[in-house]
Amino acid sequence: MRAASAVENTPDAGGPAAAVRNAIVASDVDKSFGEGEARTRALKGVSFEARYGEMLYIVGPSGSGKTTMLSVISGILRPDAGSVLVKAQSIWSMTADELCEFRLRTIGFVFQDYHLFPRLTTAENVAIPLILQKRPWDEAIAEALRYLKVVGLEGRAHLPPVKLSGGEQQRVAIARAIVSQPDILIFDEPTASLDGDTGRSIVQFVRNEVLNDKRCIVIVTHDARIYEYAHRILRMEDGQLKGVQDGESISGD
Amino acid sequence: MKFSSLSGQTRLAYKLLINDRAKFAALLLGITFAVFLILMMMSMFAGVLQRSSSAVINVGARMWVMDPAVTTPSSSIPMPDYVQDAVRSIPGVRYAVPLYSGAGLVKLKDGTFQPSTIIGLDDTSLFGRPKMVEGKIEDIYAENGFIVVMDADYGKLQSPPIGTEFEINNNRAVIVGTAKVTISGLFGIPTLYTTYSRAIQYLPQAQFTASYILVEPNSAQDVARIKDEVKRLGYLALTEDEFIQQTADWYEFHTGLGMNILIMTLVSFVVGLSISGQTFYTFILENLERFGALKAIGARSRELVGMILFQSTFTALTGYGLGIGLCAGIIALAKARLPDYAAIMTFPSLGMALGMVVVIVAISSYIGVRRVLRIEPFDIFRS
Repeated sequence: MRAASAVENTPDAGGPAAAVRNAIVASDVDKSFGEGEARTRALKGVSFEARYGEMLYIVGPSGSGKTTMLSVISGILRPDAGSVLVKAQSIWSMTADELCEFRLRTIGFVFQDYHLFPRLTTAENVAIPLILQKRPWDEAIAEALRYLKVVGLEGRAHLPPVKLSGGEQQRVAIARAIVSQPDILIFDEPTASLDGDTGRSIVQFVRNEVLNDKRCIVIVTHDARIYEYAHRILRMEDGQLKGVQDGESISGD
Repeated sequence: MKFSSLSGQTRLAYKLLINDRAKFAALLLGITFAVFLILMMMSMFAGVLQRSSSAVINVGARMWVMDPAVTTPSSSIPMPDYVQDAVRSIPGVRYAVPLYSGAGLVKLKDGTFQPSTIIGLDDTSLFGRPKMVEGKIEDIYAENGFIVVMDADYGKLQSPPIGTEFEINNNRAVIVGTAKVTISGLFGIPTLYTTYSRAIQYLPQAQFTASYILVEPNSAQDVARIKDEVKRLGYLALTEDEFIQQTADWYEFHTGLGMNILIMTLVSFVVGLSISGQTFYTFILENLERFGALKAIGARSRELVGMILFQSTFTALTGYGLGIGLCAGIIALAKARLPDYAAIMTFPSLGMALGMVVVIVAISSYIGVRRVLRIEPFDIFRS
C-alpha cells in the first residue's frame, strides 16, 4: 500500500497542517461512462477536500455527478484520471484486496435504501462489518448491541429490520456504518425515504452524536431541508464543482 | 449444527439461508425430491438385478460352467454329462459338481397348480445347500424328499410344514425340511431343493441334464486356466461375480429395464435441478443488492462466493440426507407390507445420487455466483 503525501496533492495545500486536517483530498478527478458517441463525462476534473470534524454535503441536480464522486472517494469506482487521498493514502494505487480491507476498516456506508438484510435481526445487521473483519460472532453481536444503544434502538435488537419504521431502519444503517469505528462516513441520500421531521432528526443526530473531531462525514443529498446541518456544501453541476458554501449560513434553498 | 464452531461469515451465510424459510424449504424440497426419486429408481433397479442373480448368490459357487448361450441363471441350457468329467480333469480344479436348475409345476393338495423353481443339488456333496430352518439337510435323501425355502413366496405353496405331500409331474413329493436363502428369486415363485438325481427323475429332460457345473478352483491363479480349458471344450466358465455381472448386463441392456431406469433417473435429476436451480437463483436475486452492499462495505468477492457455496453445499447435504432417509423409509415400509419387494440401496447408487446432487448444486451455485460477481458496489449507489 503506497501512502502518498497529502500535501502535494491537496488543492489548497497548506503544508503538513493541511494533511492532518484533511480526511479526503480529491484532485482533478475525471470519470467517463460509455463508449464512442454514448460516452458521457460524469466528472470533469473535480477537486475538493473534506476535513476531519466536518459534515460535508455534495449537492446538485440528478446527473450532476455527485453519486459518481461519492463512489470515487469511497474506493468503489476507479476514476479515469486524478487522485484521491483518504487519510493521506492514495486509495487508487491500492490492490483490490487492499482496497476492500481499507473500505472495511476506514469507511462506513449508509445507503439510500439502507440495504439491511430482512432475514437477519437488527443486531446481526449492525454486526456485519465486524463479521467481515473476522471478529468472533458473539463479540460482534455484543458490539452491535452497544451501537444500537448509541442510536437509541437497544430494545429493537432482536427484531428484523422490516418490523422497524423508516427512521429506525436509517438508525440501524447508521449503527452498522459506525460499528467498526471508521474515520470516514459516507451517506447516500440519507433522507430520501424519510419524512421531513424524521429526516431532520436523523441528520441532527448524526451531527451531534456521530460526528467528532476524528471523523469526517460526506453526505450526498438534494434535500434542501437538511442543508442547515452541513459545515460546507459542494455544489455540482454537469460533472463540475460549481461552488462551495458554508452550510450553517443557509437554511435551505 | 454447533454454531460456535462456525466462522462468523459462515454463520452469517447460514442465517441468511435458513431464515428465509419458504425458499429454504423449496430448496430442500427440490433436492430431497430429486435424491428420493433418483435413489428409489436405482434401488429398485439394484433390487431387481440382485434378485435376478439370486440362484448364483444363494448357491455360492466360486465358478460356474455353462453353455455359452446362457444369459441369466434362469435360462440354463442343459449340458452333456461328459462336460462334468472333462472339467474335473482340468488341472487346478479342486472339485466340480453338477447343479440342476429348472421349473416344475407343483400340484397342491387342493388340486391347484403352482409353478416352482426346482434346484437339484449334487447327491454326494449337496454343494450349494440352503441354510436349514427346520429339519436336517440329510433328510433330503429320504424318499421323495424336498426342502422348501421359506421366503416371500413360501405362502404360494400354502406354507407347507414338514410332512406335507404334493405332486410334481405325477410324482409324489414330501416336504422334509424348511430352509432360508440369502435372496429371494426375481419371478415370485417358490423354490424347492432336492437331490440332483431326483430332480432329473421328476422333471422331464431333453437329451442332457446338467444345468450348470459348479467348480471350486485350487487357487485364484487357476481361474484363468480353468476358463481357457472350459472354452476349449466349447463351454463358458464364469466366476460368481462375472456371472452376476453378466446377468445384470443382460437385464440392463436387453430388457429395456436399464433404459427406463436411466430415463426416470434423468427426469428426476432435471426436476431436482429445475426446482433447486430456480429457487436458489431467486434467493440470490432477492439478496443481490445486499450482496452488492456487502461488497461496498468491504467484503471480497471470494468471501461472498464462499458464503454462496456454503449455502448451496449445506442445502445439498441436508436435502441429500433427507432424500436418503425418505427413500430408506419408503423401502422399509414397502418391505414390511410386501415381503418380496425388490429394492435395495447400494453404495454405488448412493454415490451416484450424491454425484447428481453435486451437479445440481454446482450449476445452481454457478448461476448465483455469476450474478454476485457481476454486481458492482457502484450499482448500489445508482439504485
